Amino acid sequence: MTVHDIYLLSPELALVALGLAIVLLDLVVQRKGVLGAVALVGLVVPFALSILLWGDVHAEPTETLSGLFGTLVVDKFALFFKFLVLGIVALLVLASTDYVSKLSRSQGEYYALILLSATGMMLLAATTDLIAIYVALELASLPVAALIAMLHTDPRSPEAGIKFLLLSAMSSAILLYGMAFIYGFTGSTKLPVIAHLISSTATPGVPLGAYPVLLGVVLVVAGFGFKLSAAPFHMWTPDVYEGAPTPITAFLSVASKAAAFAVTLRVFYVAFEGVSLDWALLFAALSALSMTVGNVVAIAQSNIKRLLGYSTIAHAGYMLVGVAAIAARAPAGDGSLGPQGVLFYLGAYAATNLAAFFAVIAVCNKIGSERIEDFAGMARRAPWLAGVLAFALVSLTGIPPTAGFMGKLFLFSAAVDTGLLWLAVVGVVNSVVSAYYYLRVVKVMYLQPPPSEEQVPSSVPFRAALAVAAIGVLVLGVLPGPLLDVARAAVATIVP
Amino acid sequence: MLSAIVFLPLAGAIIIGLLVRPARWVRYVAATVAVADLALAIWAFVLFDTSVPQGLQMVERADWISAFRIQYFLGVDGLSMPLVLLTALLGMCAVFASWHIQERVREYFVWLLVLQTAVTGVFVAQDFILFFIFWEMELVPMYLLISVWGTGRRENSAMKFVAFTFLGSAFMLAAILVVFFSVHSFDMEALATAGLGRLLVPTRVVFLFFFLAFAIKLPVWPVHTWLPDAHTDAPTAVSVMLAGVLLKMGGYGLIRINLGMFPQEAATLGGPMMALAVISVLYGAMVVFRQSDLKRLVAYSSVSHMGFVLLGISSVGAAARGVLNPVGLNGAALQMFSHGVITGLLFLLVGLVYERAHTRHIPHLGGLASRMPFIATVFLIAGLASLGLPATSGFVAEFLVFVGTFRVAAWPTALAAFGVVLAAGYILWMIERSLFGPQVARHEGVTDASLVDAVPMVALVIAIVAVGLYPAVLTNVFSAGLGPIIARFGP
Repeated sequence: MTVHDIYLLSPELALVALGLAIVLLDLVVQRKGVLGAVALVGLVVPFALSILLWGDVHAEPTETLSGLFGTLVVDKFALFFKFLVLGIVALLVLASTDYVSKLSRSQGEYYALILLSATGMMLLAATTDLIAIYVALELASLPVAALIAMLHTDPRSPEAGIKFLLLSAMSSAILLYGMAFIYGFTGSTKLPVIAHLISSTATPGVPLGAYPVLLGVVLVVAGFGFKLSAAPFHMWTPDVYEGAPTPITAFLSVASKAAAFAVTLRVFYVAFEGVSLDWALLFAALSALSMTVGNVVAIAQSNIKRLLGYSTIAHAGYMLVGVAAIAARAPAGDGSLGPQGVLFYLGAYAATNLAAFFAVIAVCNKIGSERIEDFAGMARRAPWLAGVLAFALVSLTGIPPTAGFMGKLFLFSAAVDTGLLWLAVVGVVNSVVSAYYYLRVVKVMYLQPPPSEEQVPSSVPFRAALAVAAIGVLVLGVLPGPLLDVARAAVATIVP
Repeated sequence: MLSAIVFLPLAGAIIIGLLVRPARWVRYVAATVAVADLALAIWAFVLFDTSVPQGLQMVERADWISAFRIQYFLGVDGLSMPLVLLTALLGMCAVFASWHIQERVREYFVWLLVLQTAVTGVFVAQDFILFFIFWEMELVPMYLLISVWGTGRRENSAMKFVAFTFLGSAFMLAAILVVFFSVHSFDMEALATAGLGRLLVPTRVVFLFFFLAFAIKLPVWPVHTWLPDAHTDAPTAVSVMLAGVLLKMGGYGLIRINLGMFPQEAATLGGPMMALAVISVLYGAMVVFRQSDLKRLVAYSSVSHMGFVLLGISSVGAAARGVLNPVGLNGAALQMFSHGVITGLLFLLVGLVYERAHTRHIPHLGGLASRMPFIATVFLIAGLASLGLPATSGFVAEFLVFVGTFRVAAWPTALAAFGVVLAAGYILWMIERSLFGPQVARHEGVTDASLVDAVPMVALVIAIVAVGLYPAVLTNVFSAGLGPIIARFGP
């Protein structure tokens, strides 16, 4: 391990150091409010280091720096996810200020575990080696299991934690099994080497070139599908979302999903690029299934967190449209439109879902209920919260001028350009279906009389987080250009 | 120029929202902005060159989101220009009609001005995404204005309005996306002039999606049910804007998109459209007779009068293949302007009567003419214009619609013309029962209009009579814009 390796790894190392520092600080300080502030300020360090790395990567002719014996890569794709995860964590820390008082004895662990999990997510986007991917995946998941179970006062929380832990372990096993097949066939765990071997030995007429690879890929897709919460691997999502502390639900729904898409894109676009026509169909089927299952089941939900859980399954489906819209199917034009769309959508979805969850956190804290019908009259009790939640739900539906619309426009036009018209039609029909349950929440908030006129309180840091997320939704919807440019630059390294 | 007209009210709203505190100054700033906007619109109208045979004028075009070729693209043609003028005129009237609002004054004027920006934007946007954003942007101020400052079951009415429009918008967005995925363009002008060609989905489906969105807004029977509730429960100025300009968004969309981009479908579906128009005219007129609430009465008369707009629109397509039939469409466009000023004025007057008599229930009114002669006179003028008396704009517009439609479909026209007879009945009956007759003791202390009230009344009466006496001032402009659209129905 050279100094250069340490430099390449520095954002992650800084994040780990910050997490450990907070655990130590928790032992000595009495006023726990300090912890959140330290976490927020401390995030500046990994952020600044990532900016430095971006400059270095940009100066490089190949736009790629690699280290740690070829397992770690720092390219714009990896850096995009570093920025995304850091941004999500920063907003989450801000918005948790009110919530953490519920976790009286474990506030330090709360912040520390979030930071450690974020480290795993950042690494997940920055590895090109199957073993390293597995380790990063576990680093990202295990702290989350603890976080989910952290709310001792609610029996649903430990139950959800155990459920997540067991299913996560099972999906990891399936993933490892799939990786073993791929390693057995190719003799390497490095993605570029695998890519070379698979495309040079592919047998025409056999799906994915060879049957062991087919088996391996199906198992890997199942393993990743769990992390993406894509149907039919979504069963854990609603239960865990309902039971987890709400900020952790938000974290799962945006950060975990972003990391899972990062690794999916990296593995399939790099290692299996030569046989993309075959796995693209697999993802297209998963996409259609996820959209439909998520949206149809969401209609019947009466708990807001379960509703957002099913909505996240549907959104995984929308984003899989971009994974399936591969370059090999694009007769002309920009072949990287699909992955670009996924990256843009992840940013848009992060802003939108965080705005929605933050509003839900504040409202549920006050009314002590997560039932949608108890949101009645929120427009009068908390006009700003209700307004932001309504705006976020409009964005999730995909109506201009919001980030959600731009994201869907991007993904669906990528699908049409690559001959997946049927998938775009499924997506548009699903968006119309989703309007029903999203707007039902708006209707309850705005139309039904409030049970009491009591206002919903919130702290200044919380309001700042809410405002940043809501403004993000609007800005990405009106001026998507800058993020699109960054997404294009990021994707250029994995789709030449 | 166009950007200034569109965004001046929004700028005014931001200034009021951030800087102006006392209610009195809020009104002054809002009035200044509205008058300045009207002045700009009149100036643009004067600058508009009707001798240019077709195409957009005063174009402002810039790349906005280059990845999807979405542009910031504003422009006016002969169809848009009078509607922009109408919006500015009624926007000014709405500000003056809101002079006596006492509750949360600052927010009220902020939303009223935002509404004006949104509606003006719809008429000048030439890029589908921009058009759609303005179209949706109007919902927020409308929802708030009705639900906070309205009367009666205001929250329900506001939500009903939003729900109906939103349903239509969902279909419109789907249609826009189909067009984009098929031809990779959001440019409304290019799409209209170059023709759409083959779409990914049968063209008729796309046509019907657009039609549904605009029919809800117009409104056409049977999707008109939001209108009476929204009108009745909205505050006066909002009813003025709603009847005066928001309904025109529907007619504008039908002409610009359904006729302009889908001439073949419009020709095949001319018959069913005409049937809906006749039903709207007669159904609206007959339901009016059942109303005892002054505002609801005017609201249902709008359904009937907007039916004439659809009738004129359908007459273009109903003509035999290859025969150009421009008269009815010109009448429909003129009817949009005319209905805007006349019904705007009627809602204004109903608001004034309600403010003074504290009731809109017709049996409780009566004998008001001697207490408020000025209001009564203007009411009579507006009523006569609404039933289509010659020398008012209502007459010219409806006459043109009938002439244009009669050529292609005699029987439906005759049926629809019966709507005018009904209109004469209900308008005169309403005026007779609410303004004339024996004086009622409870209306002892009512007073006539104040100077501030008189400003919008006079402005609208001038518009009605001017267009009635010299319709060419508008018809020349309209036919410049409608010419290219009608030409697409040629052989």
